[in-house]
Formats: sequence, C-alpha cells, structure tokens
Amino acid sequence: MRLAVIGAGAVGSSVVELASDHGHSVTAFADSSSAVIDSAGIDTAEVLDRKRTDGVVGSAAPEDALSAEYDVLVEATPTTLGDAEPGFSHVQAALERDCHAVLANKGPVAERYADVRALERESEGGVLFEATVGGAMPVLSTIDDFDPSHITAVRGVLNGTANFILSRMATEGLDYEHVLAEAQDLGVAEADPTFDVDGTDAALKGVIIANVLADDETEYTLDDAEVEGIQDISGSALELARADGRTVRLIAEVVEGSVRVGPRLVPDNAPLAVSGTRNIAQLETEHAGQLNISGRGAGGPETASAVLADIGRL
Amino acid sequence: MSDSTDEVRSYTVRLELVDEPGELLRALEPIATNGGNLLSIFHERGNVTPRGHIPVEVDLEATPERFDGIVDALRDAGINVIQAGAEQYSEALTIILTGHLVNTDLSDTLSRIHESTDATVTDLSLSAPEGTDDASSARIRLATEEGAVDETMTSIRAVADEKGLHVIEPLAAGGEA
Repeated sequence: MRLAVIGAGAVGSSVVELASDHGHSVTAFADSSSAVIDSAGIDTAEVLDRKRTDGVVGSAAPEDALSAEYDVLVEATPTTLGDAEPGFSHVQAALERDCHAVLANKGPVAERYADVRALERESEGGVLFEATVGGAMPVLSTIDDFDPSHITAVRGVLNGTANFILSRMATEGLDYEHVLAEAQDLGVAEADPTFDVDGTDAALKGVIIANVLADDETEYTLDDAEVEGIQDISGSALELARADGRTVRLIAEVVEGSVRVGPRLVPDNAPLAVSGTRNIAQLETEHAGQLNISGRGAGGPETASAVLADIGRL
Repeated sequence: MSDSTDEVRSYTVRLELVDEPGELLRALEPIATNGGNLLSIFHERGNVTPRGHIPVEVDLEATPERFDGIVDALRDAGINVIQAGAEQYSEALTIILTGHLVNTDLSDTLSRIHESTDATVTDLSLSAPEGTDDASSARIRLATEEGAVDETMTSIRAVADEKGLHVIEPLAAGGEA
C-alpha cells in the first residue's frame, strides 16, 4: 500500500520508519509546517533525519500531502476536541477520493463519529482506528471479531500516565505532586499532563469504545461521559486501600450505553490492577466470560504497530 | 447478583451468650469449623440483655450453603442465635472517602449515610497524616441489603457532594473477578 502520513510526532514518525518493514511505501509525509511528496516513495531514513535535525520533513506545503497519490491516509496529528480539526478534514479528504483512512488521532472518532461513518458509507474507502484505544493492544479489532452485539461491557485502565502515578503512589507511599514530577522527569508524563490526569484521555477512549459498541445506533461524544481525574487522590487513601487488600485505579467503564471514568477501588490481585504504564481492557462477553487484553497503551512504535495492523486489515 | 451457591457473602449474626468464661470461644468455634471467615466480633461486655445474657455481633463471610451449616451448628451447640443476618444484610461494600472529613463532622456523615440508605457501617479506618484540620481519608465498609448497592452508592454520593467530599467507589462486582 502507498501511505500518506499526516503528523510527524512519535506515532507518525514511527509509522514512516516501520512502513517498509510491513511491505508499504510512504508517498507523502507532512508535519504542521511542511511536507515531502514522492509518488515513488520517499527516502524515509533521510526524511526522519531531516525532521530531527532541521525540524521540518520537506519543502512542500503541508496541505499538498493530502492531494498526493496514496491508498491509505494515516491521520496522526494531535487529538483535538470539539470539531476535531484539522484531523477530521484530513479523513474527509481521503474518503472523498475513495482512499482509506487509518487514525491514531482520537478526535474525529470520539467527537464526530457519526460524521466519519457517514463519509465512510459514501466512500469506496474504509476507516479503521485501532490505534486510538490502548496503543498496541487489539481492543477494537477484538470487539469487531466478537461482534459488538456480543460484548456487554468494557472496563479498563486506558491511560498509562495516570496508572503510573497511581501505582507509584501506592507502592512508594508518595504524594501525587511528587510522583507527577518524577513521571515528568522520566518522560512518562508530558509537560502538560492535564488530559492524562483529569481523565479526559481515558474518557475519549471510552467514548470511542461506546461508539463502536453502539453500532451506529447512538453517537457518543466526550460530553456524554462522566469524568473524574486522579488529582485529588491522596497517599493516605491509597494506604487505606492497601491495608484492605485493594488499590485505586483510574478505570474507564463502558456499560449499558454509559461512559464513566474515575478512580475506583479494585482488589490488589484483580487483572485490572495493572502496574506502571501498562494498560488493560477487560471485555465482558455474552457467551465467553471475561476477556483481558493487556499491553503497552502508548508510545511511538507501539501505537504505530496498531496503525500498521489496521492497514493490514484493509 | 447471581444465585450461584459458591459465592462468598457477608453475614451478620447476633448471638446471646451466657456470662461464663469460655463462652465466646465456644460460640466462635462452630463458625470456623464450618467454613466461615470471621471478619469482626463486637462483644458488648457491659450491655446485658433482660435475660442476663451478653449480646455479641459477629460479621463473617461464607457461601450461603456454609452459612446455613454455621447457624445449624451454633444452635446444635446450644448457642442462642437471635438473628441470622442472611435476610437482613447480605452485600458488603467498601468505599474510601477523602477530603475535610473531620471538619465536616465525620460522625454526622456516617449517620446520614446510615439513615438515608439502611446500610450499616461495619468497619471504619481513618487516616489523617496531616492532622485533623487537613484533608484526610477514611475507608468505610458497609453492609447493605441485597440488591441495594446502587441505591446506597447514590445516597453516599449525595451526602459526599453536599459536604465537598470525594468518594472512591468500588468497581461493580462483575469487574472484580
């Protein structure tokens, strides 16, 4: 397949780097200020090197990448809320010319799912977005394999930064501020960790799962989710939980049409009590009990692997 | 809730003991030997019933089947079982409350939870590392009527909201396995 990769952050760059390994070529690659286009396939090593040293991928204008020749558009720009732009327009551009779109950007499928699906129905191209939920973990494709009608609930730890903070606080007896600073030093938390710790990121993933489970009957957006973060969790609360064989995890819960994210008490030895940056999704199936999918929920190569898996499914 | 018989539940049993040495131990033995897991014993030593007996409240966990065996064994041993709590309390619920618990009158908070929900507080641990004027946390175990967990949580949320406290709720039973 010929790929147009929009977005040159950790995920977009990793997709470009790993594409040839999966038998694909990259014909266009854009960051926010520039683009490189070559219908014969760009020199990925050279372009990634230029991005690292000069901060740009090429000399073309970023919007030129949208009109390049490609089979699949990979939308890997940062997630935006509300109108989900510019990610939504990128997806629209691909579908209107009957190309496929694969998303790592949560915005369009969390905030404008019905619009995306409507465009997809009119197009020869398909839309897949495994990378938006749980990084490398095959959550959405497993739901698809079982068929959404056979999944009754999904619960999970879907934000590695929040989970890292909670598990460090619990094992070391440290306070929130202290562990957050440590997480930032380690690169686990971003300079502005708001969306991770206030539950927004996990809620977006919950909303995407709810959209997939609803199978086009109801559309969910972030406004439909009940969201609470971990900023107010104290060391003493975790201590009390531990003395009772429990711990606190930021859980996203999608059940019976409701999306809820918040800190919850779970038994210490429960599958949901994963530690560090690990993620887990627990599917409640109609005929096969619980299914736990656990793994790395973030990171460039991890998320790029989910993007490339989607491209393989097209 | 499922009606499977191998599921462990919490029960509260009220016993009346004769005021004699060794009587409490004699009452607890049938519980342990019949597969019950003792959670707490409330021994009201100074509180005597009109018949001169000492009331003891025992919280335990057992499967429904084993619980029936425990009650039978207690009665066989001549222990006066006043109330076998299966009918009354059957679901245990643990929450953590955080915030200015002491300044917002913890005991009022607990009695409000009790009044509005019919749930009984069976265990309370308070942690106030910064002193009682600062934010603190409390782990509260409640016994609530079967099927009333959602209702109980709604009431707790309302009380906490009003007092500016934060509730860390347990995950539903389905998610705990």
